[in-house]
Amino acid sequence: MSSVVEERLKKEYSDKIVELYSFRGDPNVVVKASDLIEICRFLKTDSELRFSFLSCITAADYLGIREKRFELVYVLYSIPKRLRVIIKVRVDDGGEAPSLTTLWDTANFQEREVYDMFGIKFTGHPDMTRILMDEDWIGHPQRKDFPLTYEVPHFTHNKDHIDSRHRSPWRGDE
Amino acid sequence: MAEPRTMTINMGPQHPATHGVLRILLELDGETVIAAKPIIGYLHTGIEKNMEAKTYTQALTMTDRMDYLAPLSNNLVYVGAIEKLMEVEVPPRAEYVRVIMTELTRIASHLVWLGTHAIDIGAMSMLLYCFREREKIVQMYEFVSGVRMMASYFRVGGLTNDIPAGFDKRVKEILDTFPAKINEYEGLLTENRIWRNRTIGVGVVSAEEAINSGLSGPNIRGSGVAWDLRKSNPYSYYDKFEFDIPTGKNGDVFDRYKVRLTEMRQSLRIVSQAVEGIPEGPFITADRKIAPPPKPEVLQGMEQLIHQFKIYVHGFCPPKGDVYFAIESPKGEIGCYIVSDGTKKPYRVHFRPPSFVNISALNKLVRGRMVADVIACVGSLDIVLGEIDR
Repeated sequence: MSSVVEERLKKEYSDKIVELYSFRGDPNVVVKASDLIEICRFLKTDSELRFSFLSCITAADYLGIREKRFELVYVLYSIPKRLRVIIKVRVDDGGEAPSLTTLWDTANFQEREVYDMFGIKFTGHPDMTRILMDEDWIGHPQRKDFPLTYEVPHFTHNKDHIDSRHRSPWRGDE
Repeated sequence: MAEPRTMTINMGPQHPATHGVLRILLELDGETVIAAKPIIGYLHTGIEKNMEAKTYTQALTMTDRMDYLAPLSNNLVYVGAIEKLMEVEVPPRAEYVRVIMTELTRIASHLVWLGTHAIDIGAMSMLLYCFREREKIVQMYEFVSGVRMMASYFRVGGLTNDIPAGFDKRVKEILDTFPAKINEYEGLLTENRIWRNRTIGVGVVSAEEAINSGLSGPNIRGSGVAWDLRKSNPYSYYDKFEFDIPTGKNGDVFDRYKVRLTEMRQSLRIVSQAVEGIPEGPFITADRKIAPPPKPEVLQGMEQLIHQFKIYVHGFCPPKGDVYFAIESPKGEIGCYIVSDGTKKPYRVHFRPPSFVNISALNKLVRGRMVADVIACVGSLDIVLGEIDR
């Protein structure tokens, strides 16, 4: 069943697909950030596929493993065809990806979460702010170089803590 | 020139009808809502980050704590994702018990939703009735796993332990008593004039809007989209049982209420089929690299002792790769995205929490309605803040 997706994509966008493979039954498509909206619009509107439901947007940090640090993952689902496809976009540290809020309203909150957790900005997003962490939080917790146990004291009377604020491990200060 | 007439107020985070610590920034014109913006994150504990520092089995216990009203659904999506990645064969006995327990979980979750939703709108007694019935299911968790709420009953490849003797008898007790109780709830609410006035035509969302906003579960079915992952992409043993997918027509609060009540009956139908057919056999996979051998064997054999030691000290290592696995939780589509780098700890775990996506559509539901309708709409979306914030 999944091969329908692969065939359609190969036929229409063979020049724009970086990589196309199937893993555990799900087709995975790697595309460039600049082609993301076009391919998503095609998948959403194509009469044979109709991936009208955006399930999930997330990301993973491959620090020190891959050349491009982040991989954005978009999971699309087709309610009439009962199919699933995973679209991946690789982004550099400090890179940006186009926002899918023009195609799906549900992208709004999920992209904000990715921005909050990884610091990947989405161009064209109407409200690119933090969602889970405080708005004055420093750093992006899901990055691999963000320590698991240390927490910046937001308010303290302890002088040692006050001093250590300026040496927090991920802030980039000396 | 008219003065700006709108006023901005906070509903929550400390508000009894927000089901936890949800804050809604309301822009009001008199009592009419112009815009509603949910502000979340007050319960964020970094579950996904914490999981990266634990082995696959250790991380399982954190999944219970996301949607604490449906712990076993969370367990199932997490172990399901790992099983998909490792291509594990789960024994039929375990699959039957999984179906029974997750369907009971669905009923328990819907009961809490019904009780709290009704008390929000003013039907005080519902909460007490619903919690009385939910207690029976929570006791079932305790019966099989030893824990009332955070059961962590499922393991990769099967179950923690076999079902105790008398399991089917206790399930049948629930099956005997529950249908009458659900009728009782319907009798209290469905034809109740206050209930109908507060719910019919409130929080309407059309099918296209529901799909566009990513609503799932009873919320999208209330709008008339007959989509249920148990039917459309069956996982576990759901393809072996007969059940219907209830749908609504208008997509208002009342339709979502009707859908959930019918779902409880359908869940009982699935449980009644499953409990009759629980096969004999092992409750966890025989692959010794994933599950420990039975204790008597460990005491007798060298090989088995090594396996037990390796499982408990080291854990297991799924192959490299990443998968997305989704199931139908009581709240909607809960998905689990796991990246494995071939070690004993997950490289990245992400949950697609249905409540998180559902609450993001709140503005569409309440725009142009009264403040009191916000309460009805939040209740009808059935959110759990533990899952939204993780």
